[in-house]
Amino acid sequence: MGKVIVVTSGKGGVGKTTSTAALGAALAQTGKRVALVDFDVGLRNLDLVMGAERRVVFDLVNVIQGHAKLSQALIRDKRIDTLFLLAASQTRDKDALTEEGVSEVIARLNQVFDYVLCDSPAGIERGAQLAMRFADEAVIITNPEVSSVRDSDRIIGLLDSRTMKAERGEEIKKHVLVTRYDADRAARGEMLAIDDVLEILSVPLLGIIPESQGVLRASNVGAPVTLNEPTNPAARAYMDAARRLGGETLPVVVPFDKRGLFDRLFRRKAA
Amino acid sequence: MTSAAPIEKKAIRFRARSFVAFALAPEAPLGEWIAGLDRWIENSPGFFAGRPVVLDLAALQPATDDVAALVAALAARGIRVYAIEGIEVGAAVNDLPPLLTGAREATLDGLLARNAPASAEAVPAAEAVPAAGQKPVQAKSGRTLTVDTPVRSGSSIVHMEGDVIVLGDVSWGSEIVASGSIHVYGTLRGRALAGADGNDHARIFCRRNEAELVAVNGWYRTAEDMEPAHRGAAIQAFLDGGALVVAPLK
Repeated sequence: MGKVIVVTSGKGGVGKTTSTAALGAALAQTGKRVALVDFDVGLRNLDLVMGAERRVVFDLVNVIQGHAKLSQALIRDKRIDTLFLLAASQTRDKDALTEEGVSEVIARLNQVFDYVLCDSPAGIERGAQLAMRFADEAVIITNPEVSSVRDSDRIIGLLDSRTMKAERGEEIKKHVLVTRYDADRAARGEMLAIDDVLEILSVPLLGIIPESQGVLRASNVGAPVTLNEPTNPAARAYMDAARRLGGETLPVVVPFDKRGLFDRLFRRKAA
Repeated sequence: MTSAAPIEKKAIRFRARSFVAFALAPEAPLGEWIAGLDRWIENSPGFFAGRPVVLDLAALQPATDDVAALVAALAARGIRVYAIEGIEVGAAVNDLPPLLTGAREATLDGLLARNAPASAEAVPAAEAVPAAGQKPVQAKSGRTLTVDTPVRSGSSIVHMEGDVIVLGDVSWGSEIVASGSIHVYGTLRGRALAGADGNDHARIFCRRNEAELVAVNGWYRTAEDMEPAHRGAAIQAFLDGGALVVAPLK
């Protein structure tokens, strides 16, 4: 029996897909069996970020509608053999997902995998609600700025009311993962401080991922950043976050501006 | 010639139910009262949605024809009048809501005065059932609702039986509506509407004021109209001489 973890945010573009790929790859590298499921039907991106876009034959909707077996639809990652992807459909829309169908797929994945990471679409409507419905835990991706924090708060409210666990009266375990943290802008007061974010959301911090060019480079080559550039600060932060997800207690380090004096003089960025 | 099966006599059971409903009591001049109602609805849209409302016409005493117009005007605002009281309505007016007599003020004493089985079936219509399905942890001592989880954005907590105490923060985009006072032992970032049943003596207290809106018995103040000194500070809001005052909490 595995753990179903939904990666959600409310706001779009904050790093859900990037984080799903990075965390999933980091967990799989420790030997865990990990399945990544893309719930963004119609606007799928997880297969791109994983470099599997040319190998997608069957997708989640095909499996739900019985046109394909789960084993036919799961795509094994070429680099880590315990990491699998279940892509979303590009041609359908979210109405093709049914609650019973999703429930069955998640249940079957849960029997085989240690972790099932559900990459939620943005928003609070059906797609996002279905992605969170069967989750045991949630990672809420938040950028340290006001509109993202507001939307995350809304999503936390939905996690506490619209999931199966919440309806059974159980508490769904939630973590906040702060992404695109820019130490410079935080120092200038242009970004919310981590403490402010946590004070508003009142949810434990899973990690702080610094803004990094490495993330864009990784998605351009179709690899999770933790695989593509493991020494990159963002990759290292993701790996720490994956360890915390697995239950380890690691202190969270707030990324600082590591530019030396010369770099500052010549305005180069370290990451 | 088969004989028809004997018709089973099923006993019909009548059961008693008691509900707590809002009573709206219009006053003359009616135009002004409706304007005040519109202001209230503007600040709390959907407040009356699904809530049974009793129309108390004792003060207004309109003519029989005007009653239908008033009920229609309220219906146009999404307020469904379930019953009318306080007026003699002629038997000919069939399509008006039924006339009620013997309604009692919903105080604790009033509810306890009924014998035990009936009060056990009492289903207060304006109970604390938040719209977004948030479950307030009920340490409900008589009439006070205590919420010890943060009130998340999108949630609506309505408690028409007394005070509401929140032990966490109240997020933006959420609201607390209480007939009594509202005490937030955290940061109030959403909306707080106290004295919602006409209670002029209700107050709002919070440890840190970043509220979108505070209101006591319909008199409201938005974030824009609050003194900068009162933002981020511990404040109380209350009615003084018919005006809403926001003052620091010492």
